[in-house]
Amino acid sequence: MKLVFAVIQRVFYAAILLLAVIVLNFFMMHLAPGDIADSIAQTMGGADEEIMKEIRADYGLDKPFLTQLGQYIFKVAQFDLGYSYFYTQPVTTLILAKIPATLLLVITSQILALIVGVLLGVQSAKNPNGISSFVVSMLALFGYAAPVFWTGILLLIAFSLKIPIFPVAGMYDVMVEGSFFVEALDVLKHLVLPVVTLSSIFLALYSRLCRASMMEVLGSDYIRTAKAKGLSRNEIIYKHALKNALSPVITLAGLQLSAVVSGAVLVEAVYSWPGLGTLAFNSILSRDTPTILGILFFSSLVVIVGNLLTDLVLRLIDPRMRGSE
Amino acid sequence: MMAPILKVENLSVELKTKEGTSPVIDNLSFELNAGETLSFVGESGCGKSMTALGIMGLLPEKISRVSSGRILFQGEDLASVTQKRLQEIRGNEISMIFQEPMTSLNPVYTIGEQIGEILRRHKGLNRKQSFLQALDLIEAVQIPDTKNKIHSYPFQLSGGQRQRVMIAMALACEPKILVADEPTTALDVTVQAQIFDLLKELRVKTNTAIILITHDMGVVYEMAQKMIVMYAGRKVEEGSVNQVIKSPAHPYTQGLISCVPHLTEKQPEVRERLLEIPGIVPGLTSFGLNKCLFESRCHKSVEKCLSSKPDSQSISTGHQANCWNLGK
Amino acid sequence: MKEKENKEKEEKPRHPLSEVFDMYIRNFSAVCAMFVLIVIIILAIFGPSLYPTDPFEMVWMPFSPPGQEGFLLGTDYLGRDLMAGLVHGARVSILVGISAAFMSVVIGITIGALAGYYRGTIEEILMRLTEFFQVLPTLLFSMVIVALFGASLPMIVIAIGLVSWTAVARITRAEFLRIRELEFVMASRASGASDFRLIFSVILPNALPPIIVQAALMVGSAILFEAGLSFLGLSDPNIVSWGQIIGSNRQYILDASYTVTVPGLAIFVTVLAISLVGDGLNDALNPKLRRR
Repeated sequence: MKLVFAVIQRVFYAAILLLAVIVLNFFMMHLAPGDIADSIAQTMGGADEEIMKEIRADYGLDKPFLTQLGQYIFKVAQFDLGYSYFYTQPVTTLILAKIPATLLLVITSQILALIVGVLLGVQSAKNPNGISSFVVSMLALFGYAAPVFWTGILLLIAFSLKIPIFPVAGMYDVMVEGSFFVEALDVLKHLVLPVVTLSSIFLALYSRLCRASMMEVLGSDYIRTAKAKGLSRNEIIYKHALKNALSPVITLAGLQLSAVVSGAVLVEAVYSWPGLGTLAFNSILSRDTPTILGILFFSSLVVIVGNLLTDLVLRLIDPRMRGSE
Repeated sequence: MMAPILKVENLSVELKTKEGTSPVIDNLSFELNAGETLSFVGESGCGKSMTALGIMGLLPEKISRVSSGRILFQGEDLASVTQKRLQEIRGNEISMIFQEPMTSLNPVYTIGEQIGEILRRHKGLNRKQSFLQALDLIEAVQIPDTKNKIHSYPFQLSGGQRQRVMIAMALACEPKILVADEPTTALDVTVQAQIFDLLKELRVKTNTAIILITHDMGVVYEMAQKMIVMYAGRKVEEGSVNQVIKSPAHPYTQGLISCVPHLTEKQPEVRERLLEIPGIVPGLTSFGLNKCLFESRCHKSVEKCLSSKPDSQSISTGHQANCWNLGK
Repeated sequence: MKEKENKEKEEKPRHPLSEVFDMYIRNFSAVCAMFVLIVIIILAIFGPSLYPTDPFEMVWMPFSPPGQEGFLLGTDYLGRDLMAGLVHGARVSILVGISAAFMSVVIGITIGALAGYYRGTIEEILMRLTEFFQVLPTLLFSMVIVALFGASLPMIVIAIGLVSWTAVARITRAEFLRIRELEFVMASRASGASDFRLIFSVILPNALPPIIVQAALMVGSAILFEAGLSFLGLSDPNIVSWGQIIGSNRQYILDASYTVTVPGLAIFVTVLAISLVGDGLNDALNPKLRRR
């Protein structure tokens, strides 16, 4: 019951955040020099007054400011983000077609970064002076300082140009056709480099934090109790210590979500991955304002939903988060 | 008479510090019989807890180690057995409860799980059996509302209840020895009495020998049959509780006991001078020196105390003290 | 041993900054990083006048590899001198990095300080605002700003500064919450100091150490951020920057991979140096670590 209430509260709060994103979008649209009609006209390569008027009416630009805001919120709440004259499609349709690719990239790289980061962190916490500790500190430096697009290009040069193991760009090979399995394998091959690139930043963060939190946990009283109970080293580390050491790592992963989406934009640009980032890149080049704002809305939605899920996972692993009854 | 269940012979434990290594336990020997309660007393930093951790094989890795001596548990030297064997013994034949009940339980597992786990580990029970036995154990340590409490997490329990859970865990496998390191220091006085009553009751039921570490003479008097007074890593006096408390021989013991007025009604002449012991325990660097380490705080010190470490002097049967100036 | 301790205590108290300096000097990698960073900054300031070749001018055959024909780092697909691009680009990267970091630190300190000092409704509102900015995907948001308002250098600085202040605000707030309860703050409060004085001259100076460390790291992040935007083509087309060189050359990695790897290395080394300096500052400023 408590959990249900907490979830409802979080969802309500998430909805408010989303509303704020919509309002922000609206203000950006109005503060920008020239209105939507201008930018649409520009994407269409010029338009006469008649069409301009039509577009202005279509977007309600002839109405008072607050009415416009209300209408905008109402429309966005129904996932109507306007029409892209550049792609000649509704923005929502356009974005929904691209979102799966981005989600695939983002989720896979986060899972990879978390798993490898946690394993590395645990390993190096077990031997603070061992090789894995060295790897973690090197990774931490590299992961922070290397621009992600540069890492991507380096990997591209190494593993698809010099040693051609992986495809250079895109998500599918048009030549590959066959069963679901064959096509999935093809996507997987295309996925490897972008995922490795994107996870490199977060791998560094997570392994360093996991190492620190694991070392702190290993020095705590309840680990001494677990030893006194005669548990094996593995039981102590993977059952008693890890579950405690994980909370800060998951919390950090939640906080990093917006950075993950940002990183995905750059990685997509490097590998021509057909997701939101590439769409954003193209629509900025073509000054397609409705699409750009639509992407900002949907990517914020991804982060907000991701935060909700993080919160839920934290509640699952740490009973103290659920609150005492 | 039966052979003692635990026999510690000339145990020394080294601790690495910035200045080098110092013997935090210096040549300690004692015996513990089945069903007996032996108490270690002394101020903080005297090596009481290190003794407990040494017996458990839980000395802080990398900074401390057993440098010499043997810890014979039923004839088996715990100082030289493998980690695997030690794991089999810990929690099963020798178990321990700690000073800090608030932090000694894992916050993310239910207490049922934490008790059940030890039964599955050592007694080979399955989940269901271990759950049922955990229920019995929680009931045995007198935690009310057992059926619900077994699903509680540590943060939902009071300090006293957590220590009861620790006791339930420690006694789950009916160990031969229970090491209790200041089990009530962090608790309220009323809870303290309840915990000791519980320990006494359980001891009678299971015939478990208890090593009780405390700095509270009242607790010693109430709980233990034998006691060892430690100072700066060394044993300074040993005997039955009656012998030591009624006629303490070592000036340090006299000082400790005089700090607790109601125990020392018969010795007003000591109390006058030693209501408290002046000074503090010497720094770790001087722990190994060949002299009496209590000398700087002792009103009875003689020249010899500075030049050599006091031997054990017998006072009466089973009662000895390490002092150059006994009874003078 | 005790005598030694006493002797140490009797030494006359030293200026706290000189103590921090001593701590910093002991950290070998931080000192090296500081040295590298100083070289880069000098390069950014004086480089363009010492190496006046126009980075946009075609000076030689395209795709000349490094080390030939007097062009140390070779030329790119338009035959532009890569060395000139690096030297001139350093100025933009450092300038944008520092000003964007400065902007986000100012915003972050203001919001964090007000939230931590006043508590209550103000704190609630400001922290919700902070959370809101944490939810926005930073790069996308600044892409939108630059796309809508134009890709001039000041707009890029604003776009970066506007999205990266949240960490500073959180740290400042946490420090304020801790420090405002300390005795010396109570004492100044009791002696009638104004809120403004309490915030800026009593609490803030004591909250600075972790903020300084974060600010150092922010410069690095801002440089990365600028590089990312330029890489995507969202930079002032008339000003060369490291990210922009990579972005414009990335189609030609097969012909001339150095046009991408070398500027990337420049970013990497700069940000690495900044982060090592940050780590060094952290160790030197953190009194808990100093005790060890």
